[in-house]
Amino acid sequence: MVEFAGWDMPVQYAGLIAEHKAVRESAGVFDVSHMGEIAISGTDAATYLNHVLTNDVARLRKGRSHYTLICNEAGGVLDDAMLYRLDETAYLLVVNAGNAEAGWDWLRAQTGEFSPTLANVSERYSLLAVQGPRAEELLDPATGLDLAKLRRTRIRPTTVFGHEVLIGRTGYTGEDGVEIFAAPEDTGSIWEGILALDIAPAGLGARNTLRLEAGMALHGHELGLDINPIEAGLTRVVAMEKGPFIGRDSLAKVLEAGPTRRLRGLTLTERAVPRDGHPVTTTHGPGVITSGTFSPTLEAGIAMSFVPPECEIGDAVTVNIRDRDRGATLVDTPFFSNVTRWRAKSK
Amino acid sequence: MYPDELSYTREHEWIRVDGEECTIGITAYAQDELGDVVYVELPAVGAAVTRNDPFGAVESVKAVSDLFAPLTGEVTALNDELDAAPELVNKDPYGAGWMVKIRLNDTDELAALMDAAAYEGLVNELRS
Repeated sequence: MVEFAGWDMPVQYAGLIAEHKAVRESAGVFDVSHMGEIAISGTDAATYLNHVLTNDVARLRKGRSHYTLICNEAGGVLDDAMLYRLDETAYLLVVNAGNAEAGWDWLRAQTGEFSPTLANVSERYSLLAVQGPRAEELLDPATGLDLAKLRRTRIRPTTVFGHEVLIGRTGYTGEDGVEIFAAPEDTGSIWEGILALDIAPAGLGARNTLRLEAGMALHGHELGLDINPIEAGLTRVVAMEKGPFIGRDSLAKVLEAGPTRRLRGLTLTERAVPRDGHPVTTTHGPGVITSGTFSPTLEAGIAMSFVPPECEIGDAVTVNIRDRDRGATLVDTPFFSNVTRWRAKSK
Repeated sequence: MYPDELSYTREHEWIRVDGEECTIGITAYAQDELGDVVYVELPAVGAAVTRNDPFGAVESVKAVSDLFAPLTGEVTALNDELDAAPELVNKDPYGAGWMVKIRLNDTDELAALMDAAAYEGLVNELRS
C-alpha cells in the first residue's frame, strides 16, 4: 500500500506483470475510488460546461461520455477528466484525486454568468474499473442489464449484485471494460463478488503500465499547468469551433504558431527502462521523458516524451539512462491497445 | 528467507564468501520490494569495483535500484542467464538469481558485513 492524495492505495496484489497480463488476456478489477466526482446540473449546465471544458458538451448525447480537459486562461491543463451525461441536464465529471479539491474550487469560481448546480459528490461514489477482453462476459451475469448492449462510452443506471450503481463502458487501460460507480457502503461486497467471478485484483502499478501502453496521458506527467493540450497531442478534445471557452484564445495562438514541442511515444531498442525526467537527444534538439516503464506486453522499455516538433515517427533518438545513452525509436501511440480490436468486433 | 551461511549488507545484498571469491546477489526482501525484475545492469568481467560505490542497477517494472558494491575487488564472473531471464532474481534470489562474482582485494572488509540474524533484524525494523 502507498499513500496517494490522502488515500491508501494498493500498488500491487499478485505482482505487477501478472496483473497487467490478466487485464490484457482476461479481466482485472481496479479500485479507483480515489477519483473525484463532481455533479453538474441545471438548465444551463451544458453552456457552463462548454465554458470551463475544452471538448464540446453540445455534442455529448444523453447516456454517453467523453474525454475532456479543464484549462486555465493561459491554455495550461488544470486537469483532464471524463464527462458523463447522465440525463438531459445532469452531468458527472470524473477528475483526478490529486486535483479534486483544486478542480472543485476552480469550477465553482468560474460559474460567472451561469447558474449551474454544482456538487462535489466524491464521497458519494466509489469507483471500480473492470477491464479486459473478458470483462463483459464475466461481469454480465452480476449486472441488471445486458452488458453486450452497453456500447463504448455509454453509461447507464443499473445494479451489480443487487446494488444500485452506474455502469459506464469506459476505462484507462486500452482494453474493453466498464467502470462501476457505487455507494461506498456497497463497494466491499461488490469487490468481493467481482473477485469471485475469476476477475483478478489489479493495483496502481498495473494501471500505470496499462495506460502507458495505451498511450493515455497522466496529469502531472503528460499534462499540467505548464503543458498545453496541443503539444500533448490532444487537439481532438479541444473544440475550437464551439465558440468561447476558458483558454481558447491562448490555444488559438498555439494552433496558429504551431507547438514548440510534441509529445511522442518512444520504444527502447536496447534493454533498459526509461523513466520520468530522463533526457532525450534527437537530431532536432533535446527532449525529455514524461513517463516511462518496461512494457510487459512488448517486453521492452517504452516512454512518452516531449521532443522538438520537427521530429518524426521512426526517428532514431537516444535516452540518457543513468549516464548512458540508450538507443530508441520514436513511435506512434498507442504502443498497444485492444480497444481497436474490440471496436472492430462490435461493428 | 535469509540463509545463515550468507553475509548481508544494509543495501540488501547477500554475499557468499568462498576464500577470496565472493558471489553477490540481492536478498528476498529486496526483490520483493522491487517487484518484477525486468533488467539487471552489471559491470564487465575484469571491472574494478569499490566498496559502497554503485556498480550496477536492478530495474523492475515500477522502479530502479542501484547495486552498491559490498566489497572492493575485481569482477571475475557475471550471471549471463539474467540477460534472458531477469525474473530469476525474483524466483531464486539466493541461487539462480545470483549476479556477480568478485575477487576480493582485502579480506578485512568482510568484517563489516552483517550476519543473517542482524540482517533479519534490519528487515523487521523496515517492515514495522
